[in-house]
Amino acid sequence: MPYEAWKDNEYIESLVKELQDNGANVVVGSFDKLINWGRSNSIWPLTFATSCCGIEFVSLGAARYDMARFGWEVARSSPRQADFIMVAGTIVHRMAPVLRRLYDQLAEPKYVIACGACAVSGGPFKKSYHVVMGVDKIIPVDVYLPGCPPRPEAMIYAIMQLSRKIKVEKFFGGVNRQEKQEEFLKNHPIPGVED
Amino acid sequence: MADTQEIIAKLFPQATFEEGDILTVEIPDSQWHDLAETLRDNGELSFDFLMTIVGMDWVEKMGCIYYLTSTKYNKRIAVKVATEDRVNPALTSIADLWHIAGIYEREVYDFFGIIFINNPDMRRLFLSIDWKGYPLRKDYDASPETNPVPEDNERQSDFTQVYTRDADGKIECKEERIFAENDFVVNIGPQHPATHGVLRFRTAVDGETIKKIDVYMGYIHRGIEKICENLTYPQTLHFMDRLDYFSAHPYHHCLCMTIEEAAGIEISRRAQVIRVMMDELSRIASHCLFIGTFCMDLGATTMLFYALRVREQILDIMDKTCGARMTFNYECIGGVMQDLAPDFVEDVKALLKIIPQNLKEYDKLFTGNVITKNRMEGVGVLGREEAISWGVTGPSGRASGWACDVRKTTPYSIYPELDFEEVIRHEGDSMARFKVRMGEIEQSARILEQLVDNIPEGEYCVKVPKVIKLPVGHWFRTVEGCRGTFGVYLESDGTVNPYRLKLATPSLPAAAVVDSLTRGDKIADLITIGGSLDYIVPDIDR
Repeated sequence: MPYEAWKDNEYIESLVKELQDNGANVVVGSFDKLINWGRSNSIWPLTFATSCCGIEFVSLGAARYDMARFGWEVARSSPRQADFIMVAGTIVHRMAPVLRRLYDQLAEPKYVIACGACAVSGGPFKKSYHVVMGVDKIIPVDVYLPGCPPRPEAMIYAIMQLSRKIKVEKFFGGVNRQEKQEEFLKNHPIPGVED
Repeated sequence: MADTQEIIAKLFPQATFEEGDILTVEIPDSQWHDLAETLRDNGELSFDFLMTIVGMDWVEKMGCIYYLTSTKYNKRIAVKVATEDRVNPALTSIADLWHIAGIYEREVYDFFGIIFINNPDMRRLFLSIDWKGYPLRKDYDASPETNPVPEDNERQSDFTQVYTRDADGKIECKEERIFAENDFVVNIGPQHPATHGVLRFRTAVDGETIKKIDVYMGYIHRGIEKICENLTYPQTLHFMDRLDYFSAHPYHHCLCMTIEEAAGIEISRRAQVIRVMMDELSRIASHCLFIGTFCMDLGATTMLFYALRVREQILDIMDKTCGARMTFNYECIGGVMQDLAPDFVEDVKALLKIIPQNLKEYDKLFTGNVITKNRMEGVGVLGREEAISWGVTGPSGRASGWACDVRKTTPYSIYPELDFEEVIRHEGDSMARFKVRMGEIEQSARILEQLVDNIPEGEYCVKVPKVIKLPVGHWFRTVEGCRGTFGVYLESDGTVNPYRLKLATPSLPAAAVVDSLTRGDKIADLITIGGSLDYIVPDIDR
């Protein structure tokens, strides 16, 4: 990937601009920076794989692509210990409530990467009767990663993109995190559960 | 030995026969159970291996095609049983004759709504109990409004249905408990690091001892068979990569072979050799990943890195030639998509050089380890008869002493010319299953050695018509995938789309056998036994 393309990141820039519009307190701003620096360098994934993309995620963890270089190697089997969920593979109707529950069990702040064509939009199974057409129908997604399956290099880029996003977040008094979920839940109500 | 057809015709005068490469028998449902028993137990027939049950919807009637193989005489037979009732279709179950039949019948019930009388467990297999309609019927309403994405947790039932026919021919439904009333049931999966994907075991335990396992599938059921019915033949190919993503090449090979045979296309020798080389390369890569993940299940995390080293080298070779690391879509109707990369031969030679050293290294690191031996030797023993009845093929079947390698029993492509051994062990335990795979890596390397210097010149893909139409008929072909016998059943009605494409995968029996294999063992052994069977979940669910 050329360095210019790597630096070209309009989306993150607009996010920074939006955050800085209201101005940041010097003390809180510095704490934000410090904490986000730490958080963005140790994001722990949840071991979650349903199909092909999961195997590429295994390759990502192995010696050649070695995600330990970036501090992401601590794949947790329990959602309560993980920071983000990499939805690697197709999500079908039967799996949808399970994924939703896993997302609910992740500790705040939490992030989602939709990894692979199936998780992004249904991919090659667009015409299937049993496939969810993109995980953004059931959980909010932070980074979309196309590919079938994406190469491990692409996965590295996606997680780096996520870590950049974390770096510019407002950790103290931030508005985006809590609101993001509340807004999402309002649009996607769970039947039988009152607010 | 008398002719199969004569024996059946003598005992069952109502049976009608259809000649072909596989003898097809059609029999009314009332006689089916008797015929099945005869086929299995008659010493001159001994069709003891039920390969698959293909559910069919011929619009005017519905039914099943049973593919049986005789392991003794190495013969195949197909039996067609049909019913004209579309509202309440019912057939007689053969779950008491073959262990695996129960699961296959549940699959047919799930897809077509055909009830099997006397099946002890007639639940849906992949879809939820609230699913409306039967998706593989031709009149299924596929609109997303009928079955929206569920937002609430799936409704579960502790009961299963058993249908019986009373003296007047009326069908009765009885509810029965899956587990005993006071059983302590532990849920394992679908999100569990050791189930190799999204498989779920409902495990009844007594202390640490397993009493019964209810294997709960369908967490990645993608409905590939139904999607294929609306695609043209070349379009159906790419789904083969996404079933068992480690045996992408053999699976592709199988479907290509079936379509080529049906369309009468001869492929060049060069393409044959390339396909076989790719099959064997993916077998090595697949077994390497098996070693890695299986050892990781046992706690030997380091082995993953050793095993993946070889796999990455193979993926590099594939990457150069096929242009992808995993879903290659390389074989096509008429040959392969593109020619070999210029340094293919060199790369394969480099790989062959390091494989023996690597295997020695694995043995030194893992196979001889005391903990490994204690956890694997004598654990999860599967006998030969059991393996056949459960239909567990591939390396797991061969570890039980069953010579089930399709490359030897019904050779295809250029395999008859090749010199290699079928690795067979007789212990039937987890260790044997592990060692068979280690042995198969050696044998695959041997095949590659014979071929790498003898890749003939010629075209890699013959000219095929732009629009491929198959004549009316049905075909069933099998290949040896990395995990066992993979079969494709293809029925054509003469159009550009397949009328029915059934994929008989080896992982479904491997997952189904877990229940009987682990009973009486400790719950910790469930992980090693499951790991040693090496099922791939998308391959189970399709």
